[in-house]
Amino acid sequence: MPAVQETVERVRRIDVDQYRYGFETLIESDKAPKGLSEDTVRFISAKKNEPAWMLEWRLEAYRRWLTMTEPTWARVDYPKIDYQDIYYYAAPKPKKTLSSIDEIDPEILKTYEKLGIPLREVAILEGVEPPPGGEQTPNRKIAVDAVFDSVSVATTFQKELKAAGVIFMPISEAIREHPDLVQKYLGTVVPTSDNYFATLNSAVFSDGSFVYVPPGVRCPMELSTYFRINERNTGQFERTLIIADKGSYVSYLEGCTAPQRDENQLHAAVVELVTLDDAEIKYSTVQNWYPGNSEGKGGIYNFVTKRGDCRGKNSKISWTQVETGSAITWKYPSCILRGDNSSGEFYSIAISNGFQQVDSGTKMIHLGKNTSSRIISKGIAAGKSQNTYRGLVSAHRKATGARNYTACDSLLIGDKCGAHTVPYVEAKNSSATFEHEATTSKISEDVLFYCIQRGLSQEEAVGLVVNGFVKDVLQQLPMEFAVEAQKLISISLEGSVG
Amino acid sequence: MSLLEVKDLKVRVEEREILHGLSLTVNPGEVHAIMGPNGSGKSTLSHVIAGKPGYEVTGGQILFRGEDLLEMEPNERAANGVFLAFQYPVEIPGVTTWNFLHAALNAQRKARGEDEISSPAFLKKVREVAKSLNIPQDMLKRGVNVGFSGGEKKRNEILQMALFEPAVCILDEMDSGLDIDALRIAADGVNALRSPERAMVVITHYQRLLNYIVPDFVHVMSKGRVVKSGGKELALELEESGYAQFEDAA
Ligand SMILES: Nc1ncnc2c1ncn2[C@@H]1O[C@H](COP(=O)(O)OP(=O)(O)O)[C@@H](O)[C@H]1O
Ligand SMILES: [Mg+2]
Repeated sequence: MPAVQETVERVRRIDVDQYRYGFETLIESDKAPKGLSEDTVRFISAKKNEPAWMLEWRLEAYRRWLTMTEPTWARVDYPKIDYQDIYYYAAPKPKKTLSSIDEIDPEILKTYEKLGIPLREVAILEGVEPPPGGEQTPNRKIAVDAVFDSVSVATTFQKELKAAGVIFMPISEAIREHPDLVQKYLGTVVPTSDNYFATLNSAVFSDGSFVYVPPGVRCPMELSTYFRINERNTGQFERTLIIADKGSYVSYLEGCTAPQRDENQLHAAVVELVTLDDAEIKYSTVQNWYPGNSEGKGGIYNFVTKRGDCRGKNSKISWTQVETGSAITWKYPSCILRGDNSSGEFYSIAISNGFQQVDSGTKMIHLGKNTSSRIISKGIAAGKSQNTYRGLVSAHRKATGARNYTACDSLLIGDKCGAHTVPYVEAKNSSATFEHEATTSKISEDVLFYCIQRGLSQEEAVGLVVNGFVKDVLQQLPMEFAVEAQKLISISLEGSVG
Repeated sequence: MSLLEVKDLKVRVEEREILHGLSLTVNPGEVHAIMGPNGSGKSTLSHVIAGKPGYEVTGGQILFRGEDLLEMEPNERAANGVFLAFQYPVEIPGVTTWNFLHAALNAQRKARGEDEISSPAFLKKVREVAKSLNIPQDMLKRGVNVGFSGGEKKRNEILQMALFEPAVCILDEMDSGLDIDALRIAADGVNALRSPERAMVVITHYQRLLNYIVPDFVHVMSKGRVVKSGGKELALELEESGYAQFEDAA
């Protein structure tokens, strides 16, 4: 069997064997009645003890959603979703208020332990191998917010963050404790009417993270949220809102996993970022939702709206994503470059395998003067997967001096997969300079054989070549997560763990 | 027992027979040269020994230390001491030479049931080896063969040979694309690795290389067979009279 064919065969088998996060946690949960109606929306709002304005906001979104239709322009194909056959809210029982981590259901703690996510406040990630000649990085603290099905179960390092003035808490709490901030920013980047899935999210979102970094503060640690879907037939609709006030900085990372199930599960999240003058947000994602089995059965539908608004001058938003999971990914983390001299970045690694379908990319909307953006996208398609980069770069009439650089590279493993690049460019003024480069290549048998002749297994060779291909993007991730992501990439393409 | 025994080997590529019954016996410490015109099957032989996919062995056998080599996976062969220095080493963008060599060495060690070598210990080792071969440290930090000159690529092959310490080294057209200075440097590297335990099979089209790597035996290949074997003087003879005389013999 030729090497590449063999690789394809191996890769195809992996999904089921290699998805290490596919276990289920057996706990009792508290669910909303199945299906979607005004009552469902009221149920969720009541569960969260929300103020009246929040319920109104949700209901308005819900009524809007009823008038909308599901988008069909993406290069993805899936059976019609029955929105009445989904639970919109599931929370682990018992539901008394938690005052410390010790009160969390031990089963849930175990889940996060299995996932390798520390919910206890310890400095983590020791023993990361330094690069040759590189310095050993000191252990850094990472504050974690863990969202289990529809609710946040733990947020760590609250005290230290509070001392710095940083607010990092479940959004459900923020709605009660910081209503002014939430009301001022929620829905201002992704309006409730934005698109079908975002509107649905606005009606039924149950939890997510809220971050506010006050003026001039550099957030003293990485903030991180881990999302876990556990319940059957449940959708997950989390909502994240991050505000970096003037001159502040924050780095935020989200990770996601879900159990293996035969049915498809819907995940429709909304993430809104706002940077004011001279502020910066670095947002990284390692997405590893269950991708479905080797026949394409099951897996998460990941229909997500992520957008950042560089509202202030000289502000910056940087998206980095490593996408290895989900049956279908529909996701375009974008930047609105509103402030003069603001800049946006999008670094992406999207790996598709088996029957996965990825339609992902970014939008860089240049509105302010002298704004700049940079897009580096690496798509890797294996198995029978389809991998599309879809991007829009636009410069408004007044966005003089707008600059963009885009590089989209695709790597094909085998000959039953597809890679597609769909770049849209709109320059409404003549001073914009937009550059675009794109390449598509196949993983070469000669390269694989070279590696194998030196002792590497086929899977190790593929992992190595792929990691080389995505290196530019991996370097954008915080060091600890780069190591994690590198492993994940190898696992999603190799037949052997570790 | 011989180190490497190729017995009456018949190989097909895409339904066409390329090797028609080739035999070759190599003992530890020996240096064998295989000479022959383009298309005579030299690279095919080296690829089949190394286990490159796409070749169908239809007859004969290859024994390595008395064991059936063809039954081993290509990476197992590497771990057991079979090394092929490629005629055209490939480029692997984004993977540093250092990382690649570390991963490969550890894969080999793991396959042999040995402990993996840690980053610091490996770094020390690879620096020593590079130094002994006059290879600049800088090369280790660059992407595998990316932007390397022809000479640098060949030196990288020799560096790996030195690092992995194989039992048998097959060098396919090591001289191709090298000027005389680069050739001399590469040949010095190979000579430094000659030892009583290690065997080398030097494949070349030209006699020139054999002035620098002096073989114990020379085999002339034509149209998929070894048509003549002898000592190092056979190479000189070929230099004078060319391959034409063997075409008929084949
Ligand atoms: N992959 C291949 N597909 C088809 N023919 C091949 C392939 N590899 C080698 N050949 C043929 O086999 C013969 C021997 O080639 P090769 O072993 O490369 O010879 P040499 O290295 O001596 O120049 C040539 O006729 C060549 O065309
Ligand atoms: Mg050849």
